[in-house]
Order: sequence, then structure tokens, then C-alpha cells
Amino acid sequence: MAKEQLMSYEDAIERFEVVIGLEVHVELNTVSKMFCGCANNFGSEPNTNVCPTCLGLPGSLPAVNRKAVESSIAIGLALDCQIASNGRFARKNYFYPDLAKNFQTSQFDEPIAFEGEISIELETGEVFMVPIERAHMEEDAGKLTHVGGATGRIQGAEYSLVDYNRAGVPLVEIVTKPIYGALDKAPELAATYVRAIRDIVKSMNVSDAKMERGNVRCDANVSLREKGAEKLGTRTETKNVNSLKSIENTVRYEIQRQAFILAAGGKIVQETRHWHEDRGHTSAGRPKSDADDYRYFPEPDLVPVQPSEEWIEEIRLTLTEKPSVRRKRLQNDWGFADLEFRDVLNSDLLDEIEATVAAGASPQSARKWWTGELARLANVQEVAVQDLPITPEQVASIQKLIDSGELTDRIARDVVAGVLAGEGEPAEVIESRGLKIVTDEGALIAAIDKALASQPDVMEKIRDGKLQAAGAVIGAVMQEMRGQADAARVRELILERAK
Amino acid sequence: MTDITSSSAAILAGLISSKKASSVEITTAFLDRLEKLNPKTNSYLYFNRENSLAQAKRADQQLAEGKTVSPLHGVPIAVKDNLTTTDAPTTAGSKILEGWVPQYDATVVRKLREASMPILGKTNLDEFAMGSSTEFSAYGPSKNPWDLSRIPGGSGGGSSSAIAGHLAPLAIGSDTGGSIRFPAAMTGSVGAKPTYGAVSRYGLIALASSLDQIGPVTNNVMDAAMLQDVIGGHDPHDSTSLPNGLGSMVQSVKEADVKGLKVGVVKQLSSDGFQPGVKACFDDTIEKLAAAGAEIVEVDCPSFEYAVAAYYLILPAEASSNLAKFDSVRFGLRVTPDGNPTIENVMAATREQGFGPEVKRRIILGTYALSSGYYDAYYGSAQKVRTLIQQDLAKAFTQADVLLTPTAPTTAFKIGEKVNDPLAMYLNDIATIPANLAGIPGISVPNGLASEDGLPSGVQILAPAMQDGQMYRVASIVEKLYMDQWGASLIARVPDLEAL
Ligand SMILES: [Zn+2]
Repeated sequence: MAKEQLMSYEDAIERFEVVIGLEVHVELNTVSKMFCGCANNFGSEPNTNVCPTCLGLPGSLPAVNRKAVESSIAIGLALDCQIASNGRFARKNYFYPDLAKNFQTSQFDEPIAFEGEISIELETGEVFMVPIERAHMEEDAGKLTHVGGATGRIQGAEYSLVDYNRAGVPLVEIVTKPIYGALDKAPELAATYVRAIRDIVKSMNVSDAKMERGNVRCDANVSLREKGAEKLGTRTETKNVNSLKSIENTVRYEIQRQAFILAAGGKIVQETRHWHEDRGHTSAGRPKSDADDYRYFPEPDLVPVQPSEEWIEEIRLTLTEKPSVRRKRLQNDWGFADLEFRDVLNSDLLDEIEATVAAGASPQSARKWWTGELARLANVQEVAVQDLPITPEQVASIQKLIDSGELTDRIARDVVAGVLAGEGEPAEVIESRGLKIVTDEGALIAAIDKALASQPDVMEKIRDGKLQAAGAVIGAVMQEMRGQADAARVRELILERAK
Repeated sequence: MTDITSSSAAILAGLISSKKASSVEITTAFLDRLEKLNPKTNSYLYFNRENSLAQAKRADQQLAEGKTVSPLHGVPIAVKDNLTTTDAPTTAGSKILEGWVPQYDATVVRKLREASMPILGKTNLDEFAMGSSTEFSAYGPSKNPWDLSRIPGGSGGGSSSAIAGHLAPLAIGSDTGGSIRFPAAMTGSVGAKPTYGAVSRYGLIALASSLDQIGPVTNNVMDAAMLQDVIGGHDPHDSTSLPNGLGSMVQSVKEADVKGLKVGVVKQLSSDGFQPGVKACFDDTIEKLAAAGAEIVEVDCPSFEYAVAAYYLILPAEASSNLAKFDSVRFGLRVTPDGNPTIENVMAATREQGFGPEVKRRIILGTYALSSGYYDAYYGSAQKVRTLIQQDLAKAFTQADVLLTPTAPTTAFKIGEKVNDPLAMYLNDIATIPANLAGIPGISVPNGLASEDGLPSGVQILAPAMQDGQMYRVASIVEKLYMDQWGASLIARVPDLEAL
């Protein structure tokens, strides 16, 4: 494919207004599928989680999974949506071999949730209200694997295999209204929005929310219009962008690509596109038009979903605090500087630090442990810091011993190493490794005298005001005490001796 | 026991439970007859003596152990070939499903098995139940036992000819616009379409999901009531099935009493467009009821005029979507064209070769009716008519307990007579379609032979939704008035097929 020409990002933003729209598909983590009793399981042998209904066999009928409806309502409520008192399913008709019935059971003009909004905070602290048009329920399609041919795509393949395990897995599709006014922040806003959705469905435990597995997928719509123009420009829709970084890159690329075409007097083709992270560009897929005719009509095999007020309120009560609200609250409570807090967010350590603080550690010390020593150890061991075999309670108990002077920072790191090595609780590690700090001043003074004897000039230097000379003695004392002394106290004692 | 095959299901059930005859004996009698006569009637697309007898034997074993699992225990039955069966191919009368053996039983089939009713075989139908003569079956038309040159009605002509020809004591049909009631009228048998949702559709190969309903085809009203009691009830697999049962139909039949009954005659379905002999039979029924003490009132259902038009938009629309799954990927026929066999070309070639002309006609109609830009004018308007018909009926049922109409405009026509005239064919269902559009129950009961051709006529009894009991009660009253006159059921007068 010929490489497409781009306008520089700065020039594009200077000249055009960017309008984006985002469709996020969330795969629910219900036990069974949307319309049948088959297991909703990732990674099973192909075509083992199937039945007449999700295979679309003649005569089969769908039956709605109540839990999936509940999760969908919960997502709607979390996005401040209204919940439909009469949510109808509709058939979206099109032929594709991964679609067992050759229609997708979805929702069309009567979605379960509609008219919501979510506030998104960018890195600069700027807050955008993203308007939500709707959140509707639908079923996923099966998975095609194209065999033979060079590209692994359907074109040129010798044959294709279909796995219907995913067919009928419940999805909630969240659709924003057009988002105006993000200007140069549009790519960042897109990615931050998807991250916010991911965090919400994860915190509510309605989805596994693993983007790399496709639990959360995004279609990004981008259009440009000349500044001041009324009419929206022609949009493109880049399908199935599956990482936060890719979303940001996709939007940025489309802005630059479309700007170049428009500036040269060209027309944007309304089409679906695909993002190639490895090559850093999108490519044209199927041309799309508003006349794409899916022949939607109400699904006659299902009665409308009519959630009662009581049920909706029941679900509302189970809603957890919104991630954005929680973040704001925690930063306030902990008094973290913006940079410190961003560091915590970027390493996804909110839960761990919150639990460590709850177990009695100060916020700053909890932060230092998790983003410092523990992050370093995780890095060395090539595991996620969250997966280290140490609990927030253990971290807090070690920190308490530091605060009470029973451990130094250095010894505490040994204790952590012991816990990670599976030697038991911190107290057991301290016991078995003999890591208790030496607070016996007699022993310390003996060690100081011994060190001073081997370095007789030190006392002279200290008396001459060269206090840093004490360092060499402190080092020797700490070595003598095998590190289990409070270096600050040793220093004090040395200075006293020099008087 | 030469009269086994001409006995009602209720009598056969009595013989079995009193151990005067075994299920194996009775099933054998029907198998002997159908093996001999099916070549003449083409009622069955599939039967398997060994399999049916194995089921009969199990039924007998249970009885020997003192277990009677249902009032129809051991009585064999024929099943329309659009219901899935794990032990018999299910074709829906189409080449596209030739040889397909389903992986699961339809809920109704499961209930028959649980009631220990041996299945005799699968009966013929118009392809995907689209038709009213069985002439659109890919496996040839069934013949009417009253006159083998005539149609037995459709789409369930296999079941109706099996009942009228005594090739089965009971049969299952499906009714989307009259496919149970019209064939019943054509053959002098009884056919009932229960309230929408009274019987699970799970395993019924869908024609039009919002109209399809499974029901009994039988010799008489009591047999139909007994069968509906076996197959009815809520099914979690079918979310459109009614949450609660409708009570015992058999009980309703037993309580039949004409006293205080208000019978409505639909103005729009009692005068024009009916064969004179059929009209005469209908008038006779009304007179008999009046004479027996029923009050007769005329009711007005002006929207019925648009019923056929609305029906032929809603049905094709839903069917075009329901039939999309027949694409060669997972089951059934696969045609690989020469040249460039892409998935798209394989799907197209399979559907081109696998579907017959009436199916293609309706897929095209339905696809068009649902297209954006036409949806409101066609599908949308049709749904509005549907609402109007429901309102007409709701009003009519405030004036009468039940409504009566002739079931069909004519008696059975000749094979080939209407096959090239779709509009004439569609009008056969003019009286039966409103019940499907409104979801109410309807039954056809034989009410004589038309004077001009000596062929059976039927009267249709419609009741409000979920009042299937009321429908059976009145059907039983009508049936009794004729039995008193005839001394035997109309079907007893079917010519001797063995001699034909
Ligand atoms: Zn399934």
C-alpha cells in the first residue's frame, strides 16, 4: 500500500476543528452467554462452548441472560444514563460466516441505557464532559481464522476456520455523542475516555476489562471541519483499536491524514479503517455509507426487557464509587502532589496503596514502598508489582517497625526480601534472619571505640570542624553491627565522643 | 382389531391403559397402513418402523411396571417435518435441509417422548411452511384422501392427510397463517392453533416468529384437547411462551354447555367470496347453534380487510431474516460453484439451488419490506394494521364469547390449479390469518360436505387470547351437534384408500 501523505499535527490542528466519536464494546464477564446457557469462557478448545442457539441451528431460540441485563443496567447507571423501561432487542441483518444466524441480535432504537455523560480529566487537569448517547446490549460474533495465503486475512486465504465459542458472548456497546472542542487534545481525550470506561467496568467487576484480550475494544470516529464551519465533515471509523496507545495514535494519524486530503482540495471517503500499530498508520477497509442497510427490525423471538424501578434501584445501590471520584478523594486524603499521584495512577497502584494505608502506614510511606523498592524488585523479577507475593498488610507492618525505630530502611528492605522469598511473615523473617536493630548503646559505643582506634586521625578532623569525617567511622560501625544499627544514632554518639 | 386405525386417540388411549391393546399393537397397525398407503398420499417424508416400535415397546414396558405417564400414553403420533427430532431427518420440506439430522429435540417432541407417545414419522409440508397446498414441498405434494387429485391443504397437508387417511391417530402441525386450520378444513379433520405462546416454539424451524404456533391435528375435538394438554406449557427456552399454563383443555371439553353462549358472526367473513356450498355449511352451523340455544350476534371487524396484505408483509419480513441462517456453513446443503468458490459465492449458490420458488419470492418480498426507506411504508404500516385487528377483535369479544367464520373460502382445489397464481393461493388464508396477527386461539371443526363437490367444509371458532378452553368448549358443542345428526365423525366417510 502506498504510504499516505500527512499534514503536520500542529498545522492540522491550527487549520481544522476535530470532532471525534467513540464506540466502546465491553465484553461482560457473565458465567453464561447472552442468549443461551453456554459457558462464557476465554481460551477453551474451539467450538466446545456451543449449543443449538449460539450455533444458530434451525429451530433454536434465544433467551435473555438476566445477569447480562443487570450488568448492562449497572454500566448505564455508572455513566449517568437513563434506563429504558422498555428495552427492545432488534435484529441487525447481514451475512458473515462468523455470525451464526446471519443476523446479530442487538438493540436499535430502544437501547437499555441512553443520555448519559462522564467527566474525563486530562493530564493537564483539564476536565471534559463526554456526552454518552447510549449503551446497548448485543451479542458477539464467532472468531474466524484464515488459513493459507500470506497475510492471514480473508483475501488470498485457502480456507477459513470458524470458532463459535465467542458467538453469543454478551457485549455492551457504549456510544458517545460527537465530541467537540477537544482541539489538540482529541487523541489524548479519546485514550483517556477509553481508559475511564475500562476502569469503570473493571471496578464494577462486570467485565474482565483486559484490552489485550479484546474485552474492551474501541471504534474511533474522526472527522475534521474548517474552523468556524457548521457542517460536520465526512468521518472515518477505525475499527477494533485494542490498546490505549493505539487509540491515541489512531486519532492523531487520522487527523493528519484527513487534514492533508482536505487541504489539497480532496474528499474524505466515508469508510471503515484498520489501525496497524506496528506500521503506525491506518488503512482503508470497507467503504461505508449511511445507506448501509442492516434491515433492523424488532427481534420477534424475544419479549422486551422491562426492568422494574425496584430492580434498577437495587442495582444502583450495588454501584461502587466512580473511579474518577475515588481518585479525586484519595489524592485529597493523601495529600499527594499531582506528579506523585500521576505516578501512582500510571503504575496502577491505587488499590495497593489504599490497602497499605488502611493497614496503618502513612500515605507517603505506602507510596514510596510501592512505587519505589517494590516496583524496582518487580522490575528485576519481570513481574507486575501487583503480582509480588507480599500483601499491603505486610508492607504496612514493616513500615510500622521503621516508624518505631525497630528497623532501619536498609534492614526493612532485607525483611521485604525475606517475605518475597517465602520465608513467612515479616516478624518471622526478622526472627530467623536476626534482623532486629541494635539499640544497646553500650554495644554501639564499644564498636565506635574500636573503629576510632583504627582511624586515630578522625577525632582530630571532627574537632577541626570537618564533620563529614565521621562518615568513615559510621561505615565501620555499621559493618561491625552487620547493618543492624541506627546510623543517625551512631553519628550522634561519635560527635559526642569528639567533644 | 381392524378398527384400530379408524379409532380416536382417546379410545386408543383407553385400550392401552386397560391393557386391551398394547402400544406395540396399535403402532404396528398404523405402520402397516402407512407403509402401504403413504405412496398414495405422500403424507410422510420419513418413517422408520424399527424406531417407532422401539418407542412403543418402551411405552408398554412402563405400563407393565405400572407406570402411566400421560393420558395419551402409548398412542402414536405423526410430527410435521419442521420440528427437530434427533432420531429422524428434519427437512422443513426443503432441499436445503435434505438429510439433516438435528442435534436436539424440539420441546414439543421432548414432551411427546416424555408422554411416552411413539413417533410414527415426519409429515410433509410446503417448503418452510410457505403455502397452503403442500405443492411447494420440495418432495412433492401430499394428496387429499377424499380425492387424491386434490390438495389436502397446507402447509400442514402431510399431517391433515395422515389424519383423514387414518395413517396416524394424532398429528402435530404448525400454524403461521392457517397451516393447521386450513388443511383440517380441507380434509374434514380437526385442527387447533392455540394462543400464541401456549406451546413452546423451541425446535420449530421458524417461518415467522411472531405468528408461528404449534398445535394439534386430530380426528375430533377431545383428541385435540388431550394433545394440547400434553404439548402446552411454559418453556424457558422460548421467551415468548406464556409464563403460566392455560388449564386443562380436556376439562373444558367435558364442561361444554351451550347455555348462555354468545356467538359472534364476523360481518367481513360471512358473505362475499365464499364458495356457495361452504357458505351453506356455515349458515347451517349458525342455525344449529341458534336452535340449540346460543345467542347469535353480528360483529364488525373492518380492519380484517387489510389482514392478508399486512400478513404478507410481516411474514416475509420475518422469514427473510429467519432463513438467513441457511448458508451452508454449519449444516445442510452446500453447493460449491465452479470458478471462484469464495464464501459469498458458496452461500449464494447454495441458496439459489436449495430454496424453491415460493421461498425465494418471500425472501425477496421481506428483504424489500425491511429495507431502509421502505420500512415505515411496509413493515411499519403492517404492524399498525396488526394493532387495528387486535382492537377490532377486542371489541368483538365484548359482544360475543367466541367468533365463528368459515375456515376456508373453498373446499379442496385440484393439485396444480392455483400453483402459478400466488395471489389466489394467498387468499385461501383470508379467514385464518387474523388469529395469527392477533395471537388468539382458533380451531377448525368439520361442518359438512359442500353440496356442489361433496368435499369437506370446516367452521372456525376464534376465542380471546388465553381462552383456549373456551375455544375447545364451543368446538365440542359444534361437534356434538353434528355427531347427533351424522352418528359418526365426518372422517368416517373418507373413501377406502386401499381401494383407490
Ligand atoms: Zn450456546
